[in-house]
Parts: sequence; C-alpha cells; structure tokens
Amino acid sequence: MTSLPTHTEKKLGLVIDLDICVGCHACVTACKGWNTQNYGAPLADQDAYGADPVGSFLNRIHSYEVQPEKGPAQLVHFPKSCLHCDDAPCVTVCPTGASYKRVEDGIVLVNEDDCIGCGLCAWACPYGAREMDPVEKVMKKCTLCVDRIYNENLPEEDREPACVRTCPTGARAFGDLSDPESAVSKQVAARGGMDLMPEQGTKPVNKYLPPRPRDEPLDVLGPLLANVAEEPKGFLGWLDKTLEKLG
Amino acid sequence: MHPAVSIILFTTLSGLGFGLLAFLGLGYPNVEGFTAFVFFALGFALAGGGLISSTFHLGHPERALKAFTQWRSSWLSREAWFAAITMVVMGIYAFALVILGIRLIPLGILGAVLCVGTIFTTSMIYTQMKTVPRWHHWSTPILFFAYAIAGGALLAGQTTLAPMLILALAAFQLWAWQSGDARFRTSGTTLATATGLGNRGDVRSFEPPHTGGNYLTREMVHVVARKHAMKLRIIGIVLFAMIPWVILFVLPFSHILAAIAVLSHLAGALVSRWLFFAEAEHVVGLYYGKR
Repeated sequence: MTSLPTHTEKKLGLVIDLDICVGCHACVTACKGWNTQNYGAPLADQDAYGADPVGSFLNRIHSYEVQPEKGPAQLVHFPKSCLHCDDAPCVTVCPTGASYKRVEDGIVLVNEDDCIGCGLCAWACPYGAREMDPVEKVMKKCTLCVDRIYNENLPEEDREPACVRTCPTGARAFGDLSDPESAVSKQVAARGGMDLMPEQGTKPVNKYLPPRPRDEPLDVLGPLLANVAEEPKGFLGWLDKTLEKLG
Repeated sequence: MHPAVSIILFTTLSGLGFGLLAFLGLGYPNVEGFTAFVFFALGFALAGGGLISSTFHLGHPERALKAFTQWRSSWLSREAWFAAITMVVMGIYAFALVILGIRLIPLGILGAVLCVGTIFTTSMIYTQMKTVPRWHHWSTPILFFAYAIAGGALLAGQTTLAPMLILALAAFQLWAWQSGDARFRTSGTTLATATGLGNRGDVRSFEPPHTGGNYLTREMVHVVARKHAMKLRIIGIVLFAMIPWVILFVLPFSHILAAIAVLSHLAGALVSRWLFFAEAEHVVGLYYGKR
C-alpha cells in the first residue's frame, strides 16, 4: 500500500557529520559493493570501461565550497543518500504499491517485483535518492542495508549499514532517531542536526550535523615582522606615480 | 526534466482524444451513422494510442496492470482508472449511437464528465510534483484542460467555438510560460536550503560526485531545449493557435484547410508539450550546481 503509515514504531536512519567527512568515497564503494552482491537486483553499470560509463548508485558524495563573509572559504564534503522521510513523497506517487514505508522501523523500500519502472518516484524525490537501474529497469534506492541490520548470520559489529561500517572517520552513524536516548538522537541534539530542504515538507529521518565553526586564524609572528611589500622606488616608483596620474 | 517522446505523445494525443470524445458525448457535432463512426474512431485512436504510447517508457510494461491498485494515494493510478472507465462508457455510448442508432444522452454527458476527469488526473501527475516548482501550480490542470478542449473543439469541427477557445488557450499558455519562468526562483528551495549550509556563507558546487552523467542528471537536469526556449515558444504558438485561428476565422471553409488547421494545431501542441517537460526544472539540479 502506498499510503504512508501514520506512525512508525522506530525511525531508523543515519546521522551524517559534515564536520569530519573527508570525501574519500569509501561509503560509496561499500554501498555499491554490498547492494550489488546481496538483496534485490544488482546495481548495474553500463559501458564501465568505455568512454561514457554510467551506473546506478544509492549513495553519492558531493563537495561544496562555502564562502563566509569573512575569512577563507571552507570545503564541505556532502554524502547524500535516501533520507527515509516520514512524509516520503516518493511512496505516495507510486501507482503499483511497489514503494512503501515500513511501520516497524520506518525504512522506505521498493518491492522490485511490483515496480513497473515508470520513474515517477524519482521525480517526486527532491534529493535525487532514487535511481533507475540501467539494466534491470527497476527503481533502486537505499535500503538502509535492511539485509545487514537484522542479519543474525553476520557478526554483531557488522549489523549496521555498509556505509556506516566502512567509514574510516566515523562521519556516519546509524540508529533509532525516534528514541531521544539513542546515541544518534543525542548527537543530533548536541550538534544542532538539520534537515535538508525542510521547505519541501518531507520530514527527513536522516539528519546532517553542520560543520563546526573554524578557529580564528591565529597570527603570532606576523605583526612583529617588517612589511615585505614596500613602496616602489626609483624608475618603478616614477612609473607607478605617472600611471596613477593617467587615471 | 527529460522530455521523453512517449510521454509527450501520450499527454498530447490522449488529451486531444479525450477532448474530442467530450464534445462527441455532449452531441457536438450531432452526428450519426458512418460520420459518427469516423469521429469516434478518431477520438478512440488518439486517446487509446496515447495511453498505449505511455507504456513505452516503462521499464516493465508487462506489469502495467498493477498500476490500477493504488488509486487511494497515487494520481497515476487514478488516471489509469479514469482513462479505462471513460473508454468503456464512451465505447458503450458510441456503440449505441453508431450501430443501434440510439443516442443515450445521460451516458454521453457522463462520458464527457469522465473525459474531463481523465484530463484532470493526467495533469495532477505533474501538478503534484513539489520538486518541480514550474508544475506545482493551479495553472497546470487548467493548461492541460485548455489544450484538450481547444483541440477537441477543433477536431469536432466546432467552427464558431474553436477559434475562441484557441485564442483563450494561447493567452493562457503565454501567461503560464511567463509566470512559470519565475516559479523556481520564488519557490524558496536553493542550494542553501538543499545543503543546510546557507547560514554560513555563499554555497557553490565545488565538485560533483563523478565526472560523468547519471540517471538523475539525464532525467531531471535536462538543459538542452532551454537554449532555444523563446524560439520554440513562438513556433509553438504560431502552430497551435495563429495558423488554425486564421484558417477558421478568416479563410473560407474547406475540408483541406480544416485538416491543415488540425495538423498545425497538433504540431504546435507537441512543441509546447515538449517545452512543458524540457523547461521544467527539478530541485535536484541544485545539488549538481545546475540551477
């Protein structure tokens, strides 16, 4: 049923720390690997070694430059995957019931056997979280590694999404965001976790922790040193003044 | 948005077809026998052909019947129901009229209402997309309705009504283009809200996730047609409005000229429907620095 549940028992999701992500793309590779070898249709590539390679990914890393009013620009690496929204517009547009949000944990999934590959859900998603598989022609999206997190065949430390498990800096955390006592909820509260495009009204479960403010540049020796850039003298000084006069 | 040929054909042809069927259901023109057969055949061919062409863009058309299941939440599913019921009702009406020679007036009126309902559900598939500010507006259903009714009147040979409807359509389309141009800017969604970093400074895309394209950039970040948007708007309006209007209103009536007017309108409607998709900007383009 593509109507959204009024309430989910848990809100499993990710918290992504923009302060410490170094943009290494390890989570992209881990995600592609796990989701190619496990649940559902493999994440296909086309022309992988040719001139125009293209493929489906469930997680992609953008990089943005933020130029504050004062001080140097800051580079922010920005992982983006499905935010498992409470008001997921991708679910309600689905004509076949292939897209659904689970009542027990809030994960948004696609039943690939019911997907007709119309692409409407990808249009409805403001975040670009859904991609049509170029080979299987069904809609692919982040499953929050539903086949890892409950998988008792895996060692306990591996029962979290592949992207979280692989992140070398700990920039990604997984947990229940409906429980205020969970580690992820506490992190969100402490660091001012935010929603992406809140004006779209999707109520994302995943939160992003903003980069911490940078220290003021501390210049210890600078003020004590002699000024390097001197006024030009001699011929250059004359040239400088003359050119200034010319306007 | 990527202007998929099958979707442009589907929305334009089925819109025209349901427009014509609506006029036939109301008894304009009041035809019977073989003439009625030709009119209904054209209406069903356009409406049905459009619907069939819509399945060509599906990844799995063999599962298309599943699209009837989610009418409670999905406009696409509702459209499937409306289209199917309308075809059945108009089919019975046409059968009674052409074969039995009986005009079932209430059924015809019901069919006309259902035709309008089908056009409305089609338009709502696009109107509901909050991610595409140009579409997410009350003018989208009216625009689809205006194309269907003006084109339907033209096909139904309503020589007094059609020129007026075509002028109204042209005026509304011009306004819709004009007002739609500003809608992305005024929607409030920017790279600042998309990244949540706007309160720290100016945000710009420094590096995309990969050097090539992907499904999202192909499907949602289409930019080619926008280069020629103004020229295409002029071509569209000349074809779908000015030429048919001159033929109907100024020139003496002839069947050949009427056929030219219909074909010109169809070509113009296709150009404008192409622009409807090609000019629509999806907010995901912000993440790729393309807005």
